[in-house]
Amino acid sequence: MIHFVILISRQGKVRLTKWYSPYQQKERSTVIRELSGLIPTRGPKLCNFVEWKGYKVVYRRYASLYFCICIDPDDNELEILEIIHHFVEILDRYFGSVCELDLIFNFHKAYYILDEILIAGELQESSKKTVARLIAAQDSPVETAKEEASSISNMMSQAM
Amino acid sequence: MALTGMRGLSVFISDVRNCQNKEQERLRVDKELGNIRTRFKNEKALTHYKKKKYVWKMLYIYMLGYDVDFGHMEAVSLISAPKYPEKQVGYIVTSCLLTENHEFLRMVINTVRNDIIGRNETFQCLALTMVGNIGGKEFSESLATDVQKLLVSSSCRPLVRKKAALCLLRLYRKNPDVVNIDGWSDRMSQLLDERDLGVLTSVMSLFVALVSNNVEAYWNCLPKCVKILERLGRNQDVPQEYTYHGIPSPWIQVKTMRALQYFPTIEDPNTKRALFEVLQRILMGTDVVKNVNKNNAAHAILFEALALVVHLDAEKEMMSQCVALLGKFVAVREPNIRYLGLENMTRMLLVSDVQDIIKSHQAQIIISLKDPDISIRRRALDLLYGMCDVTNAKDIVEELLQYLNTADFAMREELALKAAILAEKFAPDLSWYVDVILQLIDKAGDFVSDDIWYRVVQFVTNNEDLQPYAATKAREYLEKPVLHETMVKVSAYLLGEYNHLLARRTGCTPKEIFIIINEKLPTVTTSTVAIVLSTYAKILMHNHPPDPELQEQIWSIFRKYESYIDVEIQQRAVEYIALCNKGAALVDVLAEMPKFPERQSALLKKAEVAEVDTAEQSAIRIRSQQQTSNALVVTDQRPTEGSLPVSQLGVVRMPSGKMEASTQDQTSFQDQGMTKENGVITEVVPQDVPPADLLGDLLGPLAINGSPATAVPVEQRNQNLLSVVEATPEAAGSLALTTVDNQPNSIQPIVNIAERFNELCLKDSGVLYEDLHIQIGIKAEWQAHHGHIVLFLGNKNTSPLVSVQALILPPTHLKMELSLVPETVPPRAQVQCPLEFVNLRASRDVAVLDFSYKFGTAMVYVKLRLPAVINKFLQPISVTAEEFFAQWKSLSGPPLKLQEVLRGVKPLSLPEMANLFTSLHLAVNPGIDTNPNNLIACTTFYSESTRATLCLIRVETDPSDRTQLRITIASGDPTLTFELKESIKEYLVNIPTQTSSAVVAPSQPQSPVTPVAYNDPGAMLAGLL
Repeated sequence: MIHFVILISRQGKVRLTKWYSPYQQKERSTVIRELSGLIPTRGPKLCNFVEWKGYKVVYRRYASLYFCICIDPDDNELEILEIIHHFVEILDRYFGSVCELDLIFNFHKAYYILDEILIAGELQESSKKTVARLIAAQDSPVETAKEEASSISNMMSQAM
Repeated sequence: MALTGMRGLSVFISDVRNCQNKEQERLRVDKELGNIRTRFKNEKALTHYKKKKYVWKMLYIYMLGYDVDFGHMEAVSLISAPKYPEKQVGYIVTSCLLTENHEFLRMVINTVRNDIIGRNETFQCLALTMVGNIGGKEFSESLATDVQKLLVSSSCRPLVRKKAALCLLRLYRKNPDVVNIDGWSDRMSQLLDERDLGVLTSVMSLFVALVSNNVEAYWNCLPKCVKILERLGRNQDVPQEYTYHGIPSPWIQVKTMRALQYFPTIEDPNTKRALFEVLQRILMGTDVVKNVNKNNAAHAILFEALALVVHLDAEKEMMSQCVALLGKFVAVREPNIRYLGLENMTRMLLVSDVQDIIKSHQAQIIISLKDPDISIRRRALDLLYGMCDVTNAKDIVEELLQYLNTADFAMREELALKAAILAEKFAPDLSWYVDVILQLIDKAGDFVSDDIWYRVVQFVTNNEDLQPYAATKAREYLEKPVLHETMVKVSAYLLGEYNHLLARRTGCTPKEIFIIINEKLPTVTTSTVAIVLSTYAKILMHNHPPDPELQEQIWSIFRKYESYIDVEIQQRAVEYIALCNKGAALVDVLAEMPKFPERQSALLKKAEVAEVDTAEQSAIRIRSQQQTSNALVVTDQRPTEGSLPVSQLGVVRMPSGKMEASTQDQTSFQDQGMTKENGVITEVVPQDVPPADLLGDLLGPLAINGSPATAVPVEQRNQNLLSVVEATPEAAGSLALTTVDNQPNSIQPIVNIAERFNELCLKDSGVLYEDLHIQIGIKAEWQAHHGHIVLFLGNKNTSPLVSVQALILPPTHLKMELSLVPETVPPRAQVQCPLEFVNLRASRDVAVLDFSYKFGTAMVYVKLRLPAVINKFLQPISVTAEEFFAQWKSLSGPPLKLQEVLRGVKPLSLPEMANLFTSLHLAVNPGIDTNPNNLIACTTFYSESTRATLCLIRVETDPSDRTQLRITIASGDPTLTFELKESIKEYLVNIPTQTSSAVVAPSQPQSPVTPVAYNDPGAMLAGLL
C-alpha cells in the first residue's frame, strides 16, 4: 500500500503531503527532511526508485516539482509510477497545463483531486473522465469562490 | 463573505511566498497563527465561512512544516456544518491534520456515521473518504457494518461504492474481525463480477487484503480473477476511459495478478490453462515502446506476470522464457527496467533449475555494480550476493573487492560484510579466504567491522595448515608503509601466535618481526597497543636462543607502558613484566591459543540485522538457508555475543588441565582467568598478590567492578571522560583480573551521555545525565565571559541518595566555583547547585564534573563533561560588508587567519548549517559573500583578559559534494583563531563517540575504531582526519 504522498519543489518546499499510515508530527517532519535531501539531489538519468528505510520511494519529476510516493518494498513500482502520472494528467486537465503556482494557490484543490484518486493508500479511480466529472460536481457549490481564487492566482502568476 | 475568505487565503499565501528568508516567513506565519488563535478564542459565533478560511490557512501553515497545535477542534467541528462547502473543508483538513488515534475524532464518530447512512450522496463520499484515510480501530467497530452495506447495495451509485470498498479495506486493516469470513466469500465473488471498472479497481484492492489473510475462504473467487484477466487482456468490454495509453486498466491487471499469488496452486485444469494463456500473451506480447508511460504500464503488468509465473512454478519452458526476459532487462540501458530486472532476478534465485541461466548473465550484472545510480548498484550487489556459490565465488568476490576501491561510503560497509560472508561460505580453499579478508582490511579497513577480523583469527587458530600461510601474509602486509590499524591488529595477533613457524625464513627472526611491528606502535590507538603488547610477550617467549638485546628492548617497552594512562594497557604491561620473571611458567601461560569452540558466523547474524535498512526481499535470507561449502568447518553451536560495542566474542574457557598446570594458586581461574577483549585473549597470570585478595577479586561482580578504577593513575582523572566507573574501596590496591571493558555495571545511564553533552553545547538547558536513581539537569546563562550554570540533582527514588559528592576538575582556562552540594538528596526531591564560571582565555578543554553517590550498597561514580565550551563565550554580531572586508584584509594569513579543507563533513544544507552556526552563537551575515554557496559568520569572543575579540568565519561549500567544505577563520588572537576553528570543526565533522554505552571506561573518547560508528561514513572519515 501507499504510505504517503509528498510533493516537494526543487528548493525543498512542501506543496502537498498526504499520509495514509499513521505518522506523528515529528516523524512527518523527519520524513520530509530526509526525502528532500535525498530525492532532488539525484541525477536526471537515474531510475525512479529509491530504497529508503526498508521502504521504497517512487518519485517522478515534473518541471520543478517532485512527486514522491512511499510504498512497501514488494509493491509494484511501475504501477505506482503511473499512478503519479495519472494524478498529474488529471491536475493538468483540471488547471489547464498545470504549473507549480497553481498548486501553491490552489493547494486545497490538489487535496480534493487526490482524494478522488487515492483512498486508504490504494488507487480508487483510474478514469480521468470520472474524476474530472466528480471534481466539477464538487466545484459547483463553491463556484464563485473558485473563480475568485483562480483570478488571483492569474494575477500572481503574471506578477511573477 | 466567501470571496473575502478565499482572497484572505490567497493574500496570505502570496505574503508567505514573498518572504525573503526563513526568518521573515516565520514572522509572517506567527502573525497569522496569532491572528487565527485570537479569532478562534474571542469570536464565539464565528461564521462557518470564516472558520473555513482560517482552517485552510492552518493547513497551509502546517504543510509548510510549522507546528499548529491549536484549532484542531475548529477543523473537526466543521464536519458537523450543515452545508457542503464547510463540511468538505472540515473533512479534508481533519484528515490531513489528525492521525487515527486522535481523541477529537472520537467526538465526530456519530456525525460521520449519520453522513454515511444518510441519503446525501456527496456527504457519504466525504465521510467514506475521511474514514478510509484516517479511520482507526474505533471507527472500525462502529462503522464497518454500515460501510459494508453501502458496498453491496444495489441502489448505491458506483462513486459511493468504490469509496466504500476502500473505506472497508482501511477498517479491515485496523481490525480484521469486521469482515465476517463466512458471509464474505460469496459476497466477494459477486463483487468480482462488477462491470464498473472504477468499482472493480477498489474492490480488487480489498480482495488482495482479504485473500492475503485467509486464502482458504476465497477459493471460489479464483476463476473470477482469471476471467477478469482474460477480459482485460483481450480488451473485451473495456470502456475507453479505463484504458491507459491504450492498455486496459493496468492497475486492475496488476492487482488481480497480485491476488492470484496468494493461492498456492491452481487445481482446476481449465482455469489453469486459461491463466497460462493470459500469462503467455503478456510474456510474449510486451514490447518496448517509445511512449514512456505506456512502456511503464506495460512493464508493470509484465513484471507482475513474471512474479506470478515464478509463484505458480510453471513448466520449465515458461520459466526459461522468464529468465531470458530478465536477462534482457538486466542489460538494457533504461534504468527503471534494469533495476526491476535485477530485483526480479534476485527473486528468481529461489526457483530451482534456473541458477545456471542466471549465472550466464553474471558479466552483465557486474556492469550494473558500477552504475552511477546507487539504487541499481544495491540491486546488483544483492543479486551477486545471492547467486554466489562455490563455482563462481572467486570471480564474484574479486569483483566486489575491486568495486570496494570506488564504492561510495553508503555501501562500503555492506559490501565489505557481504564479501567477507561469501569468502567464508564458498571458499574453494582456506588460503584464498585469508587472502580475501586481508585484502578487505587493506582496502576498506574503516568499513571492516571487528567481527570480520575476529573471524579470520578463529579460522587460522582452528586450522593448523593455515597458520604458516597466514603468518607469512601478515608479515608481507607489514612491509607496506601505510597500513590500516585493523591490519596492524590482525598482523600483530597472527605473528604473535605463529612467528615461530616462520623462524627459518629470511626477515622473520623474532627480532625482525619485533622491529617491523614496533614501527607501527607509535601511530596506533590503545586497543591496538594492547594487542601489540601481547604479541611482544609471545615473541619474547619464542626468543630462542635468547637474544638479550631483543629482551631488553621489549622489557623497556613494557616498562614504559607500566604507567600508561589507559588501565588496560597498564595492566598488561605490569603483568607481562611479572610473567617474564616467572621463567618456565611463561611458556605455559603464553602457549599458543587453543582452538576456538565452533560457532555460528557472527557476520551472517550481523548481515541479517543490517537488513533492516535494505530491501526486504534480500538475498541474505535466501543465502542463510543455503548450504555452506565444505571448505570451512563451521557449525552452529553457540551464538556469539557480538552486539556489545566492543564486540566481545564471548568468554573463552581454557581447558582446565592446562590452566591448573600454570596456575597453582587458584583453580577458580578457569572461569574468569581468561577474558577476551577486542578479540584478543588476555592471558591472566598468577601475580604477586596475596591469594585472599585474588579470591576476593574473583568472587562476585562487586570486586570485578572495583579494582581497575582504583588502579588508575592520577593523571587519568584529568582526562575528559564520559564514562561511568564503579569503584569499591575494598578492592583498592589489588591488581585487576578482568579488563575494564568487560565490567558488568549494575547502574547504567539511561541516556546517552555523549549525545546529551553535544546537545547541551548547542542549547542552554536540558538533561545532562540520568540513570535509574538520579537525573541531573542543567540550566545555563551566559553573559560575556561569565557563565552561570545551575545543576538540578533529582532523586527519582523513594529512598534518599546518600554520600552525594560533586567535584569539578576545571581546565586551566576556566575559573569555577561550585556551591556546596548537599550530601543527601531526599526522596523524590530536586536540589539545585549553582556553578559560576569565568572564562580566562580561548581553549577547547572541557570542565569535568566528578559525580558520585551511593544507593543501597552500590556506589555510583560518574564523570560528566560540562557544556561550558568555547562557543558559550561568544556573542553573535552583525557587521556590514565594508567592516567585514576591512577586518578580513587586515588579518592576513596564519596564525591570525587559518584555513582548512574539511572532509567527511555531515551533509548539511546551507540553511541547516546557518542554524547550527546560530546555535553556536555565530551570527550568519547573508549578502556579504556573493557566492550563494558560501557562508559568512561573525561573532565576538569574551574572556577576562581580552574582553571582546571580533572573529570572522567564512565557509565555502561545494553544492555537488556536501561532505566537504573549506573553512577560514580570522581573529586578532592566534590561539583564539585556532581553538575556534577546531571547535567549529568538531561540530561540522562527525566525530564518532561511544554512543551505546558509557560504561566503557577509560578509553579515548574519540577512538576511531568504535564499532558503533561504522554506520556512519562521515564518522569514519573523521577518524582518519
